[in-house]
Amino acid sequence: MILAAPRPILLSWALRARRSRGVVGGFVPAMGFTLAYLSLIVLIPLAALAVRPWESGLTGVWHTVSDARVLAALRLSFGAAFLAAAVNLPMGLLIAWVLVRERFPGKRLLDAAVDLPFALPTAVAGIALSALYAPNGWIGHLVEPLGIKIAYTPIGVFVAMLFVGLPFVVRQVQPVLEDLDQEVEEAALLLGAGAAKRFATVILPALTPALITGFALAFARGVGEYGSVIFLAGNMPYKSEIAPLLIITKLEQYDYAGAAAVGLSMLLISLVALLVINAVQLRAARFGSEAA
Amino acid sequence: MSTPSRAMRNPAASFALIGLALAWLGLMVGLPLAIVFVEAFKKGFEIAREKVLEPDALAAVRLTLLVAAICVPLNALFGLAAAWAVTKFDFRGKNLLVTLIDLPFSVSPVISGLVWVLLFGASGWFGPWLRDHDLKIVFALPGLVLATLFVSLPFVARELIPLMQAQGRDEEHAAATLGAGPLRTFVLVTLPNVRWALLYGILLSTARAMGEFGAVSVVSGHIRGATNTLPLHIEVLYNDYDMVGAFACAALLASLALVTLAAKAALEHLHPDGLARGAGR
Repeated sequence: MILAAPRPILLSWALRARRSRGVVGGFVPAMGFTLAYLSLIVLIPLAALAVRPWESGLTGVWHTVSDARVLAALRLSFGAAFLAAAVNLPMGLLIAWVLVRERFPGKRLLDAAVDLPFALPTAVAGIALSALYAPNGWIGHLVEPLGIKIAYTPIGVFVAMLFVGLPFVVRQVQPVLEDLDQEVEEAALLLGAGAAKRFATVILPALTPALITGFALAFARGVGEYGSVIFLAGNMPYKSEIAPLLIITKLEQYDYAGAAAVGLSMLLISLVALLVINAVQLRAARFGSEAA
Repeated sequence: MSTPSRAMRNPAASFALIGLALAWLGLMVGLPLAIVFVEAFKKGFEIAREKVLEPDALAAVRLTLLVAAICVPLNALFGLAAAWAVTKFDFRGKNLLVTLIDLPFSVSPVISGLVWVLLFGASGWFGPWLRDHDLKIVFALPGLVLATLFVSLPFVARELIPLMQAQGRDEEHAAATLGAGPLRTFVLVTLPNVRWALLYGILLSTARAMGEFGAVSVVSGHIRGATNTLPLHIEVLYNDYDMVGAFACAALLASLALVTLAAKAALEHLHPDGLARGAGR
């Protein structure tokens, strides 16, 4: 259905593209390849995810997603991702601040290190974190006498999501902070505003949209994260089992409709969460422009 | 003369902020990276080398390279075509298209694998047909390739679109006015302008293709020496309590990540105008 449509749409697009820009050609082959490839690799497969859960009917879907084990897994995935993003928010702001406003030796190295959670394969991160936080690990043995268990508990899930979400807030805030005109801050200083007041009234409002976007990206990444979590989580049903792992468990039992139902509900909850974040973003932007 | 911006500096606060940022990054990023190499070389360099050269590990390396060799060129081609269409022409639905190209980034890797099982698995839509024709996609190389294509699809497009947007269309229009066809314009005008961003996109896409775990885990079937890529092989070794083996293979992949980061830093330093601003996000 998606593949049949492109011809006429493409033609009308091509006509419009020619009328608007005229000279440069090659729109139809480039657009045709883009749409065909995107449909085959992303859109048709995702359509299967949207359609397959309903094979077992509405009751089947409800039965799957209202199951206590599924609910516990969804709650853990979304809850831990939210908390991890909430911690990465101030820490990301701090790192971005230091990278833009402070000068110290080794800054370039620090800047590069921020990207490591992007670049390090998740399985590598998973076994590294697990070795660090296991009861006999470098960090695990330090916190164990305090009665804190990180590995094989929900805290482990949170720690892994903290790791994979680290770069997002930094990389959103950094360019905005670089572009921020320091004259306003200087004016505030001359008007007698202290450091805390300058930060809260001049800097923070300008950074808010970037902070929210970074939070949303870190949250979305945490929700879907699999590789770095499973080694550290212990994966106990009802306790430390994340939703993506439950999908794999259901697939191994050949419960395709159930697996698809969990996957689809993850996507839908993420979508709603991102819409809420977007709404907050818009309000913040409006508030920011009114304040300015 | 004391400028206001100097008056805003507070050495003690600076020191505290820098210290806190360094400590956090050391804890969150430095320690995980360090432990990979410490565990890998715990029993000496020779043992780690032997572990990486075991037949199953070598088979995993070979499969990982093969999958990347198939996926990266395809996604690079897609990125170029998509960026050309999006940035050099006006059409309705452009924002939607750009959002759809980014979609694989917002989908859980496990879901990126799941969708292929729903289509081509034993009880997938095309499962029975594939069985009748003796074809295998899931639990075989084609499944690994499809899952990897899905997760690494946006990288090249993402690096190219903002840069080509910023570069505008003037040079292409000049070429076309002088009589160059679209292909000639693309090869002689556009491609040289975006080569560093293209290289960087290919680099990111390669790193992701070789490091992907969740998506390929769903479609691999975990057959040792046959359908295990290097990240999956790490999991097998880890679950067998072969720590030195697991971390030796992990060190190999971590080195790849470090090379990617170094290349990014080098490209940003040498060709700051050749990359989109905020590259790598």
